[in-house]
Amino acid sequence: MNIFSGETEVLAPLATGWFLENAWLIPVIPAIAFALIILIGKRLPMKGSELGVLSMFGSLVLSAGAGYQWIQRTNSATEEQFVAPVIKSWNWWQSGGFEFGIGQHIDGLSVLVLFVVAFISTLVQVYSLEYLRGDRRYTHFFAALTLFSGGMLAMVLADNTILFLLGWEIMGLCSFMLIGHWWEEDANSRAALKAFFTVRTGDMGLLVGISMLYFAANDWTQENLGLSGFSIRGISAWALSGEPNSTVIMIAAIALFIACIGKSGQFPLHTWLPDAMAGPTPVSSLLHSSTMVVAGVFLVARLYPVFYVGLDIPGGGGNLIVIIGGITIVISAALAFVQNDIKRVLAYSTVSQLGYMMLGLGAGAWLPAVFHIFTHAFFKACLFLGAGSISHSASHHSFDMKKDMGGLRKVMPITFVTWIVSTLALCGVFPFSGFFSKDEIIDNVGYNGYNTFMIIGLVGAFMTAAYMTRATYLTFFGEPRGASAGHADHGDAHASHDAHDGHSASTPHESGLLITVPLMILAVLALSSGFLNATPFGESWERMKLWVEPRPAEVIEETHSGGPGESLIINLPSSEEGAAKTVCGSAQPESGVCYAPKLKHAPFKWSKAMISMVIVFLGIAISWILSVLLFTKRDPRLVGLTQRVKVLGFGHKLLVNKYYLDDFYEKVIVRTVAYPISRAAYWFNQNILDGILHGFANNTRKISEWVYKNVDQRVVDGTVNNSATFTKSVGTAAQPSQSGKVSQYGALLFSAAAVAALVLVIINT
Amino acid sequence: MFVNQFLFLAAVLFCIGVYGVIARKNAVLMLMSIELILNSVNINLLTFALRNGSPDGHTFALYIIAVAAAEVGVGLGLVLLVYRNKKTISLDDLSEMRG
Repeated sequence: MNIFSGETEVLAPLATGWFLENAWLIPVIPAIAFALIILIGKRLPMKGSELGVLSMFGSLVLSAGAGYQWIQRTNSATEEQFVAPVIKSWNWWQSGGFEFGIGQHIDGLSVLVLFVVAFISTLVQVYSLEYLRGDRRYTHFFAALTLFSGGMLAMVLADNTILFLLGWEIMGLCSFMLIGHWWEEDANSRAALKAFFTVRTGDMGLLVGISMLYFAANDWTQENLGLSGFSIRGISAWALSGEPNSTVIMIAAIALFIACIGKSGQFPLHTWLPDAMAGPTPVSSLLHSSTMVVAGVFLVARLYPVFYVGLDIPGGGGNLIVIIGGITIVISAALAFVQNDIKRVLAYSTVSQLGYMMLGLGAGAWLPAVFHIFTHAFFKACLFLGAGSISHSASHHSFDMKKDMGGLRKVMPITFVTWIVSTLALCGVFPFSGFFSKDEIIDNVGYNGYNTFMIIGLVGAFMTAAYMTRATYLTFFGEPRGASAGHADHGDAHASHDAHDGHSASTPHESGLLITVPLMILAVLALSSGFLNATPFGESWERMKLWVEPRPAEVIEETHSGGPGESLIINLPSSEEGAAKTVCGSAQPESGVCYAPKLKHAPFKWSKAMISMVIVFLGIAISWILSVLLFTKRDPRLVGLTQRVKVLGFGHKLLVNKYYLDDFYEKVIVRTVAYPISRAAYWFNQNILDGILHGFANNTRKISEWVYKNVDQRVVDGTVNNSATFTKSVGTAAQPSQSGKVSQYGALLFSAAAVAALVLVIINT
Repeated sequence: MFVNQFLFLAAVLFCIGVYGVIARKNAVLMLMSIELILNSVNINLLTFALRNGSPDGHTFALYIIAVAAAEVGVGLGLVLLVYRNKKTISLDDLSEMRG
């Protein structure tokens, strides 16, 4: 490559630091902690949970340090300069000319997600200390939770797709183990299996996509960057180089997106996520709302150039990602209306929010989508932990809103306030964090030419506000029902000195500090984290844009080998204008490579924000009125409406049956695929295998008869008898030598030694 | 140096010693034969020590002489006790092993 063309300018090296250079330690800590918990956890005073919490805290400190130093690094760069990721890689193993590396790729995106994962993991583990106290598999629970965090952190900072795949699969395994944590109940183990197999179905796409990208990109990356075709940096540059065949990269992008559909619960593979709520609530909070399920979104964001080019995102109009994202938003939000289980409402809400993230990524709103990962993690984790708090301290482990909840706002003030804050954040009410991320997604989707999908996004916002209001009303307002009603009469004084044992009948009361403190921390973040990228207040508030979004400058790279497995990369922008006039994403870069496409950002307008605010408030108001009429007043016009009006009844039935997707999968797909296979296998078994076996058996019998007569009787027995006779005769012959006279033995010994000496002499001469 | 002659002498002494150990019925004579074997080894050690010009062989020989003296002391003590108890030192009579 032509390195020193006229306009290049060597820039001062970017700031770096210990935390950035050694970020690979972040997943190593929980991995070691996992091994220790498994080995010695049961013998420790807190059954191994202390190791989990400590390791997560260590990871949190390291990732916070890395985040801080990354901010310094971006500040040390000029406005338009590409901030090179801190990459370190080592050779992991080699096989037949393939080299598989292991290493870290630290940039704004990975630092952000690392922090989120470590932070939520720490809080959830602290929460679990109380929530799972006395559980029969307490140690294993913490081991799996810690391993999950290790896997997710490894995936987030992976510098190549192989390590990424490894982390991805570790998460899948841990998800399976944790959903089925209480596997004694059949429903739980079924849910675990369903989650595992559904996600695995999508994972095939990941394998296909990774291999395709490797074979397509390897030559180019080796020649131009000296990287393998697994390297995320290499793949990104390759995708934007104008080099790749459009069909190949499209199929690779689709294959990768299928994996994201499975992992991130997008339509039509979203069915596993609500069932995954069978697991303990901390698991739902950590894995199935805030971290693991965003792995698919993260994959799209990580390899964004591949999707950007492969699916023609700048083209506008519609592509696979926005279509899937749009469908997911609406259908899952609709499903959330008919759920009675509070965790299932939240699960469908998660699916819907993941749809928003996908929609944003698919429409070129990279930064708002990534920012939504960040804010969503806080408020959704808070909502789930709140639901757990209710079931733990008020509703006797029931999650049924209609039967066992209601009127809890008085007895659980902290849970109530944190829930309301997170709900408002989820609905996207100004100034809660959801407003700054979700509204930005909707806004940018429209700005980038996806007008239909902007409307879908607004419809989704309306539905979100409505179903969350319904859930909030059922849980915290109205009259207490079922378990929550318990002994509500003789008040809170009793609850305060009530021993906390969960199972025995007790009045609803506020949960302990180990539960409420994580709730409060998350609520504060749900309220405030949006201000990190508060577009309404002008450029200076857009911190995330500065820190996280990769700058689309054309980069010329000079690679010097510096020690084993490492290389020093100097970035040189090809012109002084840098990103401002970059061709990244639109045309082939002329003299360098691009790592990120140039994306458009919608200018913020209060008028557009007001429209979505009005929609959200309408959703809240309508849903509130209907909830009061239906659930408290039992208004005769509303009660039983679905039975009376045919169209509504049909819709309700469709929703309750989850669009019959589960039936479709189990009865149609599983039957058409599995039944013929099993029938064919049976036929094969009966006719061919059995035939072979019978023939084999007959022949074997004949052979064995012959063997008995000839080999066994004659050869073997003959040999045995002969050897015995021979031994006997030898013994008789040797008998005289055993005279009992020591001198004779001595003579034999010496003569043997003499013979041996003679042999030695003869051999050596 | 005439290494061969020394080695030959040692070999002859060794064979005499071995013959004595095997063939003599008298316990005292057997002890003497063992002394012959030990001294043949001493001769070998000294031969090679002289040939290689190193003091290791001499040291070994001195050790062996000291150990042999102790061994003879113990051996003669044993023979004396056996004689007091059994009134004989003929090895064939003392043997209790059955052929």
